[in-house]
Amino acid sequence: MIEISKRNARMWSRIGIRATYGQALSAIAAENPNVLALSADLGRSSGLDRFSKEYPDQFINTGIAEQNMVGVSAGLARMGFDVFASTFAPFASMRASEQVRMNMGYMREPVKLVALGSGLAMGFLGNSHYGLEDVAVMRTIPGLTIISPADCAEIYQVLEACVGFDSPVYIRLTGAVNAPVVYTEPYDYQIGKAIWLRPPQDTVIISAGTTLGHCLKAADALAEDGLDVGILNMHTIKPLDADAIATALGAKRIFVIEEHTRIGGLGSAILDHVNEHHEHASRIQCHGIGDRYVETGNYPFLLERNALDAAGILAFMRDKLAGA
Amino acid sequence: MITNTPINPHEARRLIVETAAECGESAHLGGALSMIELLSVLFGGFLRHRPDQPDWEDRDIFILSKGHAVLGYLVVLHLFGYFDRDKLRTFQTNDSDLIAHPIKKIPLGIESSNGSLGQGLSYGLGVAIGMQKRGQDRRVAVMMGDGECNEGSVWESAALASELGITNLVAMVDVNGFRNDGENTMYTRGPNIADVWRGFGWHVAEVDGHDEAAITASMDSAFKGDQGPHVIVAHTTKGKGISFMEANNDWHHNRITAKVLEEIEAEMGGANHD
Repeated sequence: MIEISKRNARMWSRIGIRATYGQALSAIAAENPNVLALSADLGRSSGLDRFSKEYPDQFINTGIAEQNMVGVSAGLARMGFDVFASTFAPFASMRASEQVRMNMGYMREPVKLVALGSGLAMGFLGNSHYGLEDVAVMRTIPGLTIISPADCAEIYQVLEACVGFDSPVYIRLTGAVNAPVVYTEPYDYQIGKAIWLRPPQDTVIISAGTTLGHCLKAADALAEDGLDVGILNMHTIKPLDADAIATALGAKRIFVIEEHTRIGGLGSAILDHVNEHHEHASRIQCHGIGDRYVETGNYPFLLERNALDAAGILAFMRDKLAGA
Repeated sequence: MITNTPINPHEARRLIVETAAECGESAHLGGALSMIELLSVLFGGFLRHRPDQPDWEDRDIFILSKGHAVLGYLVVLHLFGYFDRDKLRTFQTNDSDLIAHPIKKIPLGIESSNGSLGQGLSYGLGVAIGMQKRGQDRRVAVMMGDGECNEGSVWESAALASELGITNLVAMVDVNGFRNDGENTMYTRGPNIADVWRGFGWHVAEVDGHDEAAITASMDSAFKGDQGPHVIVAHTTKGKGISFMEANNDWHHNRITAKVLEEIEAEMGGANHD
């Protein structure tokens, strides 16, 4: 395991989420010949270029054929390999969704399907490449674990945790280059166990993925107003950490913030959970992308336009808090 | 060494219709009846498997990608001794694991879950690559239909298997010429299906899929393992063995009533009430 430090965190943030994925997987594969990387011809876009050259026996480019990539990955996973298969989020979660359903769901083959550039990270590539529905689609598959790492350091943690993890996982990578830094020192990571980045208060944010970095900044601004906000990193979107939600429900206000359509994402998952398992629900406000195709621009513009950068999250929360 | 011997196709077909009649539900008959000789020769002479030890670690893997033909597959597994007649009788009854499409259950000899067409070759290719990476001398056989070959995902995996020159993967296409709605015109008005496989770089053997000697010869070559990938394009008759079902797509998915069963038994020479 490479050390999580301020220096490394800065370096990873600079090279970005996708390159960090490739770098982290290379580091793991170097020590573990059982790790295989598959890519539907997006090796160069996911930092796997070097991987494919240094470990050619552990890499397969399936061609631009995501359905086949998932099927082949399932066969390899059945043979006991730790398979990490990656492509852009909509192609992983929707083009190949039925292969995911049959192979990773129905047959429970423990493939680790890595969704690159999810959320709005693909910027000018447009809605065809955005991953705004993937959590909603993947959540419906029984037995599939869904994880969205908060930052580059957590990508390392998640990949390490997934090696030898005998269940299928959908790993949702949001964020791009200059990804917000959440972690600058070592910490314990466990699949399914949410992490309080800031201790619970009367107002709590629950989020996942690189959106957390923006939430931290929004919370800083609220702290200056005299409002302390608890922040929960719900990196494992499925299964949810029921204990952490129970703790969060002690708050007067809960905000769920996600770079995803509000239909079927983390907010929906938490509302479903609370509705099913708790008699009273604190007031939960969900914030994400509306039910529409979004405008196109660079990543910071998209986050701003969709109020998912720190300022937008802050404005959303202030609006709801004022109406309370 | 393979100790299994081929089954009697006539007996297999009688069990297919009897089992379908017993469950009282519509069953996929035409495509089950068309692939029997292929499965008989495969399981009897080429596939390394042990019915008394279904999880034998050196076994070959069979995948029924045309999953709706499961009844033919279940009858073959039964005749090879994977499970008894009573188990087969649970076909399409409530709470049974033997339904209209395979559900992966290795103790029963069922190696993968299928039902959504066009997926078995990808999965089989992954298993075959995995076997090679593990240094195992094992093979994968995938049974597809010509209707299934309408699915684009088939060709994604066909192209990759060819690119990799995979030698331990053998595909079979049961070309019975029909799909759900009737004639599979894609490969009669459109390209020739064997030519498509050739175009994808596969070694193609075209055989009469009811001629066991011809099937044996094609599998001799396909399972040699010195080059690949191999596909056996087997021309078959949908509904083979029951005169009024042959090339009659009404029997793609249909119910066998007591009266129909009587007709079949008269034609086939009586039921085998074991």
